[in-house]
Parts: sequence; C-alpha cells; structure tokens
Amino acid sequence: MITTLILLISVLTGSAALVLLARNDSRVFRIATPVVFGLLMLWLWQAACVGYHVPFVLLPPPSDIGVAFVTHIPMLAADFRQTVLRAVIPGWLIGSGAGLLAAIALDGSPFLRRGVLPLGSLVSAMPIVGIAPIMVMWFGFDWQSKAAVVVLMTFFPMLVNAGAGLVQTGAMEADLMRTYGAGYRTTLLKLRLPSAMPFVFNALKLNATLALIGAIVAEFFGTPIVGMGFRISTEAARLDLGVVWAEIVVAAAVGTLSFALLSLLERAVTFWHPSYH
Amino acid sequence: MTRILPVLCVLAVVIAVWFAAAVPMNWSQAQALADDNATWTDLAEATQTLGRPLLPTPAQVATEMVATLVGYPVNSPRSLLHHALITAWEASLGFVISLAAGIALAIGIVHVRTLDRTLMPWLVASQAIPVLAIAPMVVVVLGNIGLTGVLPKALIAGWLSFFPIATGMVKGLRSSEVTQRDLLHTYNATPTQIFAKLRWPAALSFLFPAMKVAAPLALVGAIVAELPTGAQAGLGARLLTGSYYGLTLQIWSALLMAAFLAVLAIALVDGAQALLVRARGGRL
Repeated sequence: MITTLILLISVLTGSAALVLLARNDSRVFRIATPVVFGLLMLWLWQAACVGYHVPFVLLPPPSDIGVAFVTHIPMLAADFRQTVLRAVIPGWLIGSGAGLLAAIALDGSPFLRRGVLPLGSLVSAMPIVGIAPIMVMWFGFDWQSKAAVVVLMTFFPMLVNAGAGLVQTGAMEADLMRTYGAGYRTTLLKLRLPSAMPFVFNALKLNATLALIGAIVAEFFGTPIVGMGFRISTEAARLDLGVVWAEIVVAAAVGTLSFALLSLLERAVTFWHPSYH
Repeated sequence: MTRILPVLCVLAVVIAVWFAAAVPMNWSQAQALADDNATWTDLAEATQTLGRPLLPTPAQVATEMVATLVGYPVNSPRSLLHHALITAWEASLGFVISLAAGIALAIGIVHVRTLDRTLMPWLVASQAIPVLAIAPMVVVVLGNIGLTGVLPKALIAGWLSFFPIATGMVKGLRSSEVTQRDLLHTYNATPTQIFAKLRWPAALSFLFPAMKVAAPLALVGAIVAELPTGAQAGLGARLLTGSYYGLTLQIWSALLMAAFLAVLAIALVDGAQALLVRARGGRL
C-alpha cells in the first residue's frame, strides 16, 4: 500500500519534472533530461523491488547489483581480461583491418567488386554467431576461438562499408587529382581513403558492438572457467543474478565507452566532413 | 547478367576452395582411420566422406541437409525442418511484437517532446550496448515464473529487432519537409490528417530498410535464446547439441539453415516493399 503510494508519487513528480526539463532547449537541459529519466527508472526499480519484496532470483534491486559489482571486482576484472582484452579487441582489430584491406584489394578489379560485395552484404546480414561451435572445435576452448568468431563477425561489415566508401569520390575530385598528375596510389591515399573514412568509422562502431556480442555468445558454447559470457550463462543458471547484472553493466560500459572513443577519433580524422560544421 | 555473373564466379571459387580445404583439414583424421597401405589418393578421397569431419565438404552438408529436411516427418525432433520452423516462428513472433512496439514508440517520440528528449538519447545509446548478453538471464528468469516455450525466445528476438525499427521510424516520421507540413497547415489539416497523409507515407521508405536490418537480428535473438534452456528445440539447440557431441554435419546444416532463413526474411521484406511500391505507382 505504502509502496504503491510512493511509486505513484515518484512517477507523477518525475514525469512532471521531465516535462519541465524537456521544454528547455539549452545544452545542459538536453543532457539532464535523459539522465534524470535514467535516475528515475533506477529509483522506481529499487523502490518496487524492495517494497513489493520481489524475489532476488527474479529481479535484484540496483543496490544489490552495486554490492555484487563491488564485491566481485577481481572476478569481473579477470572476465574482462579474458573476454575483452584477449578476444574482443584483437578480433575486432584483425577483422576490421582485414575487411579494410580486402576492400582496397577488391577496388582494383570491378569484376571482383561486383562479385564479392553483394555476397559480403548478404553474409553480414546472416547469423554469423552460429559459427561459434565450429570455431570452438577448430581453435579450442580458450580465447583463440572467441577471437576467431569476432574476426568473422567484423570482417564483412567492414568489407561492405569500406567498399561502398571507396567509390564515394565524385568525378570532380578525381579529375582534379588527374590534373595534378596523381597515379592510382596517390589518388587512393590522398583522396579516396580519406573520403571513405566516414564509412570506415561507421563500420568500426557497428563492429565494436558486434565484437562484444560475438565473444560473449561464443563463450556460451564452451570456454575455460573465466570470461564474461561464461559468467553470464553459468551464474544465470545458478540464479546468482547480481553477478549477471554486474557483468551486463561491464559489457554496457565497454560498449558505450568504445563507441564514445571511436566517435572522438572519428571527429579528429574526418574533421572536414560537413556534419561537423 | 553483368550483375549475376561476377557473383556466380565468386561463389564457384568459394565452393571449390571449400572442397579443397577439406583435404588438409581432415587429413590427420583420415590417416588415423585408414589402414597402413593406403595411398595418398585414398586418403584424399577419405577426407571427403568422414562421419565427423573437422570440415565437412559442401556435398556432405548438402546431403545431410536434404536427408534431415525430407527424411523425417515434420513433427519429428530429428527433422531439420522441425527445428527451422520453431526458430522461424519464434523470430517472426518477436519481429511482429517489436514492429508494433517500435512504431508505437516512434509515433510517441515524434509527437511528444518530453518522450523525444528523455527516450531518444537512450535509444541511440542502446546501439552501443551488447543487449544480447541479457538473453540467458531473461530466459532463465522467465522459466522460473513458469514462462517457457516460444514466448521467452520471441521476447529476446523482439528486444533485438526493436531498436533498429524504433530509430528508423523516428527518422522516417521526421523525414517530411517543413514546407510540406506548412502546406498541410494552410489546408487546415488536423494533426491526424498530417500524420496519415504526410508523415506515415514518408516514414515507410525508412521502415523497410530498418526491417531489413531487424529481421535477421530477430533470427539471431531467437537462436541465441534457445541456447540456455538445455537445447530443447530450434536451430540454436541443433548448434548446441552438435557442439556437445562433435556432430559437425549437424552444426553446418543448422548454420546453413539459419543463413537460408535470414535470406528468406530479407526476401520477404523486399517482396512486401515491392508490393507497396507497385500500390503507390512506382515509388516508395
């Protein structure tokens, strides 16, 4: 009864506050509005869980997730090292790099371009994570098989995006390069690769999320007793949901952080792009 | 023809390389099984027909797929079609849920300023979060409160495909130009009329590309959601049991079946789009 009252008052005052905040157009308010909404959601979650005595195995309150996070920091760090540092980052670098190189290699032959790019975009729409059991069979239970899944998942989006980006340059710019007497290599390095960069960064950002998903899901198919995907699946089965949520918080933080870093890098590399003016 | 021929050539090369790669990949296994006086041609031949090869050949996978697709009745758990239909059903149920929810939320965001300012940043941020990681927990928790079977998988599938649809629809509903909206204002059109005659038709050309992204995601969601329940049914279950027992043919045929379903989903969206284009007189 009292919980219902508290929740009702929170929802009403919270929405009133959000309506007022959303009216203002200044930068501070634009950032404050979603933050306040997030805090309101956390508060409602906490109040509802505690007030209605929601069983821990159904939905632990945020405070318990925080406690689980703090008490399990060494374990979370080990999982982070295994999954992110060993599988995600190398796999993402290799897959994206290989995709970019393949796109550049294809660029020389229109016939190959027209043959490979449609297949590439088809493959990037497919459920590639399913390849995980095969990779586990080929590369063993440890991080190597997860990195292999990440490589395969990140290769095709980069191939397709970079392939599309490389043909973005207009005839005007290409003509200008020719009047400078620039050969294929110079045109590629000075004109076409830089103008493909928005596409490349698009793929890099997309791949950052895909890489995390690939490594985590690949761990569902067999792993040594460490890793974020391993922890999520086993602790979920043991109903230790605090730890599961803590791992999800780590995964979300890694995802948003890498997205933010890539956006910063993108700004620095493609400062000339109209969208930044 | 100039579009199909390069694709066919590349496909032919891929399949040839696949056949050839089976020889070195399966060599040691073939050697272990063969008798001592087997020549290397015998061994090379043996690599193409092993029971549990490290890399099955395309021919083996195709034979296995045909055998498990038509060899058993549809309701038999040995039938690949049975599992494919289960996964397809979960994914399409989730897709329909996310389509309805995504469109509803987008309409809300476009029309209510508070929703726009509070939810839109979260929608954008959600693209950077590996939401699939919550799948095992959701399935286990829902199983605890008695929700098993199709629904938990459909919810995961819907959860994954929800974000591209919602963001695509918000973009689409906003894609009509101010001058067009102003024109409708001068006609004294009500907000409902502006929505029905301008915003919604304009949004459809964004909805279809979003659906093409979302439909394969729903499939991935359904497959991954099938993993934590002890692999009862569906393509995810085929992958997991295949991985437990080293049944490589089963893994590869489930994988190809999933790829086929993804192609089918995209083709269906394309078909719906073509119908709409025709109904609208040649443009989206």
